[in-house]
Amino acid sequence: MDASSFLHQLVQQLINGISLGSIYALVALGYTMVYGIIKLINFAHGDIYMLGAYAGFFATTILKLSFLPALVFAMVVAAVAGIIIERLAYRPLRNAPRIAVLITAIGVSLLLEYGMMLFVTPQPRTFPAVFSATVYNFGGLIVNSQQVLILVTAVFLMVTLTYIVQKTMVGKAMRAVSYDMDAARLMGIDVDKVISYTFALGSALAAAAGVLVGVYYNSIDPLMGIMPGLKAFVAAVLGGIGILPGAMLGGVLLGVVEAMVSGFFSSTFRDAAAFAILIIILLFRPSGLLGKNIREKV
Amino acid sequence: MFKANAKKWFSIICAGTLMAGLLAGCGGEKKPATSGTIKIGANLEMTGGNATFGKSASNGAKLALKEVNEKGGVLGGRKLELVVADNKSEAAEAANAMQKLATQDKVVAAIAPIASSSVMAGAAVNQSAKILAISPTASNPAVTVDPATNKVRDFLFRATFIDPFQGSVMASFATADLKAKTAAIYVDNSSDYAKGLAKFFRAGFEKQGGKIVIEEAYLQKDTDFKATLTKMKASNPDVIFVPGYYQEVGMIVKQARELGLTVPILGADGWDSAKLPEIAGASALNNTYFSNHYSPDDNSPAVKKFVEAYKKEYNEMPDAFAALSYDATMMIVNAITKANSTDTVKIKDEMAKTKDFPGVSGSITLNETHDAVKSAVIIEMKDGKQVFNKKVNP
Amino acid sequence: MQALRKQDLLLLGLAVVFYAIVQGLLMADIIGPFWELNIVLVGINIILAASLNLINGFTGQFSIGHAGFMAVGAYVGAVMTVKFSLPFIVALAGGAVAAGILGFLIGLPTLRLSGDYLAIATLGLGEIIRITILNIPYVGGASGFMGIPRLADFTWVFFLTIFTLFFIKNLIRSSHGRACISIRENEIAAETMGIDTTRYKVLAFTIGASFAGLAGTLFSHYFYIAHPASFTFMRSFDILTMVVLGGLGSMTGAVTGAVLLTFISAALASYPEWRMVIYSISLIILMLYRPQGLLGDKEISLSIIKRLTGGDSRAEN
Repeated sequence: MDASSFLHQLVQQLINGISLGSIYALVALGYTMVYGIIKLINFAHGDIYMLGAYAGFFATTILKLSFLPALVFAMVVAAVAGIIIERLAYRPLRNAPRIAVLITAIGVSLLLEYGMMLFVTPQPRTFPAVFSATVYNFGGLIVNSQQVLILVTAVFLMVTLTYIVQKTMVGKAMRAVSYDMDAARLMGIDVDKVISYTFALGSALAAAAGVLVGVYYNSIDPLMGIMPGLKAFVAAVLGGIGILPGAMLGGVLLGVVEAMVSGFFSSTFRDAAAFAILIIILLFRPSGLLGKNIREKV
Repeated sequence: MFKANAKKWFSIICAGTLMAGLLAGCGGEKKPATSGTIKIGANLEMTGGNATFGKSASNGAKLALKEVNEKGGVLGGRKLELVVADNKSEAAEAANAMQKLATQDKVVAAIAPIASSSVMAGAAVNQSAKILAISPTASNPAVTVDPATNKVRDFLFRATFIDPFQGSVMASFATADLKAKTAAIYVDNSSDYAKGLAKFFRAGFEKQGGKIVIEEAYLQKDTDFKATLTKMKASNPDVIFVPGYYQEVGMIVKQARELGLTVPILGADGWDSAKLPEIAGASALNNTYFSNHYSPDDNSPAVKKFVEAYKKEYNEMPDAFAALSYDATMMIVNAITKANSTDTVKIKDEMAKTKDFPGVSGSITLNETHDAVKSAVIIEMKDGKQVFNKKVNP
Repeated sequence: MQALRKQDLLLLGLAVVFYAIVQGLLMADIIGPFWELNIVLVGINIILAASLNLINGFTGQFSIGHAGFMAVGAYVGAVMTVKFSLPFIVALAGGAVAAGILGFLIGLPTLRLSGDYLAIATLGLGEIIRITILNIPYVGGASGFMGIPRLADFTWVFFLTIFTLFFIKNLIRSSHGRACISIRENEIAAETMGIDTTRYKVLAFTIGASFAGLAGTLFSHYFYIAHPASFTFMRSFDILTMVVLGGLGSMTGAVTGAVLLTFISAALASYPEWRMVIYSISLIILMLYRPQGLLGDKEISLSIIKRLTGGDSRAEN
């Protein structure tokens, strides 16, 4: 392989990786928010993403909505689902051992996957082409309009989210709860309400990712959330869990690593490489790329 | 602590050995029933990644038994019943499902899974329970011939041709009809079927003077293939051979076209699904070809009759899985009738003698390695429709 | 101590009686192959749950990569019996040792992490093990290792399960075990008291991993096949669920969890569509009402049973 063709491939792989990574980033944003506030690895998050994809699917096929209304519809459905799940499954366990909540999260995840299977059958569904993909060719480098859309949506949602968390009252309350739940309660913050908001926001983001993926890959099924959910969690930890730009960075980094491994080594080692990067980074920077190292005090 | 307990462990081991000794040489004889319905098992992919194959195959088998029962059943009026066990498209589950069929449902014979890996996983159960399994489509040679011992597994059969044939058919098609000099292979590494095809395609293609410039692998349930396809594009092949199943194949074809890979893409019978054009998009599928067992466009009376009955029953066109599963079921019925008994070993012996059996997918003769010897068809995708291209005889 | 040993012998006696009854029922064909399979599965799951409990429950290290070690045992054992025609007992030892060595090598660097970070790192390592196996054509790669003889049976599984339980029980009651528990209770305090926390964490991890390997070897030699899809992180979650459901840090809890979940899953086998739904709902409900697990960190012991039946009420230890 000569140098120019190598460079050409490298740039194309970078494009492939960033578009894959922005999907991880979208899911990771919700993960990181929920973790930041109640320190729960919400394994059901990947399944909310699946739920969103199906909501979008039914919005476009049965309700005949166009892309944007369908996206909003899916986000609302997922937000409501997120609130209900938190209310029924996680809130009663607020003071229980964390591992019990984790097992409950696994239970919720299985329930969403297999409950969904009962309703929509395990067969993959083909997402209708809500808008045709335009392929741009820049001197042999191929970029798809859907890839651009996903990246733009991810960045837009990250910025919006950062704004909400940093500038609004709800955001301030969220940060207060994440810092010290009891103190926040004493300050008159309705902790339960703030947590509900967090779940609603996080779930809506996951649903957006689900719909975008449905459009991009064209195929959805009830188990589609498992791997992206796990990868998104890895991305969140990679960037520093609880930190919004960290989730974005982690997601894109993960996507690029996967593309590079597939492109220059072997695609069957792709997932192993993703996890290996995670472990290496954890060993050297235990709180992630953008996380602050907090020493445990006696 | 270890020392203090040494005596205890010793006593446990002694007790264990004693008990194990008592066990040896037990087992009862069971007599086959002579009246009542006869159960035929179907260990199929009802859920999971290959679910549409399993669904088609169970439809085909059910249709076959329905027709036999309407004509009065077998062995002097005994009705046949299909017991379906779901193997979730997983090899480990396939062994469990076969176990359940053999021991709990007490079937006299079974339709084996679609996927070669799953048939092989259940093979040990078939051999020890002495119940024949015939796979409608599993085409890897190792399904009926144990690669470790090179012996034919007496209780395993198939109603289809094997991968060396299918792989070489596509290789000749690529070199002779498409004039390809170089090829890329993108193989589903989770499937023995796909790996077998890749191997035989490579052998056939190289024998005819072609060159495989790159071979890459993917796994079932992968969704993003762009990185590998980008790599493939850089090595500039004349054709790409993608042995695998429609779910991933659909996405591969779609993403390949998006990346500007316009060369012909070839495949095999795993492509045959109405879902393929939905996933890949009709235009992306232009300039793709795959080998298959039969084409519903075929004008032979047997095909016409089957397609009509199937459409009446299920309101859709039968794919090759339905047709082959229909044939496999009829072959079991034929073997039961010839054996004139529900003795599973006798049924197996009769199955092995199948010769010139008139099936929907052509005349079927099983050779000494229990493989069907019959012709293949090549299907071209045109605007989302399957078009009969040519027929290749063995 | 004397009382303890007597109790152990009594338990052992009960186990042998139980074994004889089940074996008798199996031989008389009263328990069919389907339930035999599930009884064997219960045994394998008990080994897995008890060994994970040693890491998670007693040492307090949150590991969710157990399926990886099970996979190592399953494959190493299968290679030894199939490719080298070694006797089954050697394969069992080989599977356990291989998984143990890997556990040691992995545990040494990663156990510096704690809490959720350790969890995600072990989960990742489990997946790395699985993906590595998937890329080794020698053991069948992604399509699985076929043609493994069924060398394991109820007898093997039963006595190895009993062996595992006694081994771990005695380990916990030894000074090593107390050191592990002190790490769970307060790592910093344990370190201050002069306990080499890294050493004990790695010890627990290694022993836990090698028992998972043992279970893996049994698994592949009962089900004829070792397939990478059988060792995904979902399997790790399954084992974790058994441990937490029974009660973290309770031996009898791990056993209860393993028995209960295996049988729920088996009983629902005839309703494939509903199986996982009912399973997950019961999991959520159990967690909501018993977040500390069915038994908490208590043990079911003979003395409790005696107390319940009005016998000698003196508690153990």
